[in-house]
Amino acid sequence: MKQFIIFVKKEFYHILRDPKTLIIIIGLPIIQILTFGFALTNEVKNSKIAILNPTIDETTTKIVDRLEASRFFEIEKSINSPNDLDAAFKSGKIRMAVVFQNNFQSNLLHNKKADIQLITDASDPNIATMVSNYATAIINDAQTELNPNYQMPYQINIATRLFYNPQQIGAYSFVPGIMAMVLLLISTMMTSLAIVREKELGSMELLLASPMKPLVLILSKVVPYLIISLFNWLMIVILSVWLMEVPINGSFLLLFLVSLVFIVASLALGLFISSITDSQQVAMMISLMGMLLPTLILSGFMFPIENMPLPLQVVSNIVPSKWYYSIVKDIMIKGLGINAIWKETLVLVGMTLFFIAVSLKKFKIRIS
Amino acid sequence: MNLAIEVNELTKKFGDFVAVDHISFSVKKGEIFGFLGANGAGKTTAMKMLIGISIPTSGNATVAGFDLNRYPDKIKQNIGYMSQKFSLYEDLNIIENIRFYGGIYGLSRKEIAEKSEKLLEKLDLQSVSKSLVSSLPLGWKQKLSFSIAMIHEPSIIFLDEPTGGVDPITRRQFWDLIYEASENGTTVFVTTHYMDEAEYCERVSIMVDGKIAALNTPKQLKQDFKAASMDEVFYQLARGAKRSDH
Amino acid sequence: MVMSDFKAIEVKNISKNYDKGKIVALDNISFDVKKGELFGLVGPDGAGKTTLLRIIATLLLQDSGEAKLDNFDCVADFKAIRQRIGYMPGRFSLYQDLTIEENLNFFATIFNTTIEENYHLIKDIYVQIEPFKHRRAGKLSGGMKQKLALCCALIHKPSVLILDEPTTGVDPVSRKEFWDMLGRLQHDGITIIVSTPYMDEANLCDRIAFIHHGKLLTINTPQNIIDSFGNVLWSISGDNLFSLMTKLRAWQNTKSCFSFGENLHFVSINAQITPQDIMHYLKDDSVQVSKIVPSIEDCFMSFMQN
Repeated sequence: MKQFIIFVKKEFYHILRDPKTLIIIIGLPIIQILTFGFALTNEVKNSKIAILNPTIDETTTKIVDRLEASRFFEIEKSINSPNDLDAAFKSGKIRMAVVFQNNFQSNLLHNKKADIQLITDASDPNIATMVSNYATAIINDAQTELNPNYQMPYQINIATRLFYNPQQIGAYSFVPGIMAMVLLLISTMMTSLAIVREKELGSMELLLASPMKPLVLILSKVVPYLIISLFNWLMIVILSVWLMEVPINGSFLLLFLVSLVFIVASLALGLFISSITDSQQVAMMISLMGMLLPTLILSGFMFPIENMPLPLQVVSNIVPSKWYYSIVKDIMIKGLGINAIWKETLVLVGMTLFFIAVSLKKFKIRIS
Repeated sequence: MNLAIEVNELTKKFGDFVAVDHISFSVKKGEIFGFLGANGAGKTTAMKMLIGISIPTSGNATVAGFDLNRYPDKIKQNIGYMSQKFSLYEDLNIIENIRFYGGIYGLSRKEIAEKSEKLLEKLDLQSVSKSLVSSLPLGWKQKLSFSIAMIHEPSIIFLDEPTGGVDPITRRQFWDLIYEASENGTTVFVTTHYMDEAEYCERVSIMVDGKIAALNTPKQLKQDFKAASMDEVFYQLARGAKRSDH
Repeated sequence: MVMSDFKAIEVKNISKNYDKGKIVALDNISFDVKKGELFGLVGPDGAGKTTLLRIIATLLLQDSGEAKLDNFDCVADFKAIRQRIGYMPGRFSLYQDLTIEENLNFFATIFNTTIEENYHLIKDIYVQIEPFKHRRAGKLSGGMKQKLALCCALIHKPSVLILDEPTTGVDPVSRKEFWDMLGRLQHDGITIIVSTPYMDEANLCDRIAFIHHGKLLTINTPQNIIDSFGNVLWSISGDNLFSLMTKLRAWQNTKSCFSFGENLHFVSINAQITPQDIMHYLKDDSVQVSKIVPSIEDCFMSFMQN
């Protein structure tokens, strides 16, 4: 136990005495969240929209005015028939069409229910989601204002339809994406580098010549990065919720637990990389090429997996971040519980066990 | 002018630390000059300044007829440098290494071809000219690396611990190469940790704490310090060092 | 000196190849080191010293043969051996971003001991670096790094100390100090096996093995090796050594002629040759010839040539 404690202590000395790396580790998630977050919100500003309003009345005018007044939307044109919608989107000028039901106001008054359909150009899924979210919020606002006295009886139903990419991923997809990316990078790359560095500096030779057990060595390399990764995770969550206003619809505890599983999986992957390489350079290349790129491309974060050719869809299954990404989306955005995610979680647990077993088996008790 | 190197109050500071402290000396053309000192005495720093890769804090030197502060690039053209740590590309073969260094110093293809042939013949390496440098024993590598550092016929050659770890016979063969270069008029500036090699030099300087503590022929130094060997001379001087290695 | 006939290290017919047999690192090596002995492996870089020491330190597997340390097998009982050796690799391998004290404390702890427990062993060495104990190892000079590395290798009171070229790249003053420390440790009963490329250090060992191109050339005490030189060795001095040497090498009586500091060391194939014969051949008034006792380096070179 004493061996373990002093080893962990030593790892923290290494980390704390290398300020450049420390800044990268801590700064990376902040910068990622801020750039992605703000870049996306800026994109949404002044989005051009079209309006299809068959019966112009007081309520519809009010809603249209509200949309136009917001800084997010600019009305490009009014359309008269649903048949013109296609042409309007094909012109590429509009991002969304707002379609009101026939006799909107009278429906709302007599049937206490009226429908609005939001149709978005989802060729850029992230933007499509954001645009429809903003529009929904504005329409809801308008509704409360229109009926301050009777709230519930009168209801405007909003139906969102995504053009071109109907199985579009959930809202704020970049937050789960960044979580997957940052955790994978920090945990995998840093752990593998930390072990390979000992080989490169020659201190591994001294450790091997001592009675220290491989398991102690491995565990003490993992613990510091587990702590740092958890800290990073918490920071991402805080930034997302407070600054980016991304909701956590599901259970926070569940989100924490699956994130812990994913971090351990990434650490195990880092151990595995360190057991097959002898130089920091190679470890770095494997981590970046083998981890970062697949996470960006094959996790569903940037490109929907459903639209990929079958071979890539199959390959995407071995990317741990794909599973984590889907879990986080389910919990944070859809607010689903353990029933919806246990399969994915099991896959992650399986991967963790596999990598730990392989790294322990491959750990060399001698030099080469 | 019959001086190859003339050093005047050369100084290098790193912050408050004076690595090289106002050193002055000169080296004659064709001389074998031993540059000794304990680790940390400032020898490597001084050598780096003389070959034009480190800028002096103050003072000046003339190397191969060029002012160190004004024409460091001219100096690089006219000197050869061989360091213990790195000189040859291990993953290139012998011929490729020769061609590479010949090319760096602007030799024509014809010159390179002629020189490589002579060089390989002299070192008896013709049969292995297509072998990777990594497969050669250390002693051969060092001899090859010396000959390549001489490929552009520099007027001065700087050698930084060229024989560290080399076996005693190859070490002496290496010194045969040094003698030969000196006979042909090349000035040799060499550092070493082997004190018997200090005896092979015409004159020896010993650096202590950034300053030159002694400079003379090995014979005279031994007389002055009433010592039987250069080893003893060195020991007497370096033992008193303040910023030493011990 | 606590030397006994009990064997601390036994090496039998050890061979080791690299690159699928292309490079022969060790070729059928056998020798013993007695308990309490200071044993030197003397040879140039690439001779196979590091490979041999790593096999003894359980860090490398041999291709054939067997090695034992304190009667434990270096392959099967590697765990027991790792408890009882102090190993110092050729390259400085401590943590550069940890201070002297942190490094020492770390290595004490992973060997399940404390600095206090074995302080008496390292005291003589540690007091020299103690004033700098809060300085990071990366900022230390070569000689100080070496002392720290030796302290870390000693802190768990090893029965055998394995030192791979501890004095390479260290200046002569520090080298002398380091060997003094080894002498004191030997008095404390620690067996030491040390490798070195410096021939002059061989005299400081109880026994030495010459190793070259993976083969053992000889094993004996330095004195016995010198006594068995077998030829008359002449020292020749003169004004121009280089031209004298060229001249001597061209002589049909010459077996070998090498420069040694300010002199030439000359061996003739003719055992009856006299100084007068040599001076007569060289025809140089400055020449002086005298008969001398060979050094370890003379002996190594003579073994290399055979």
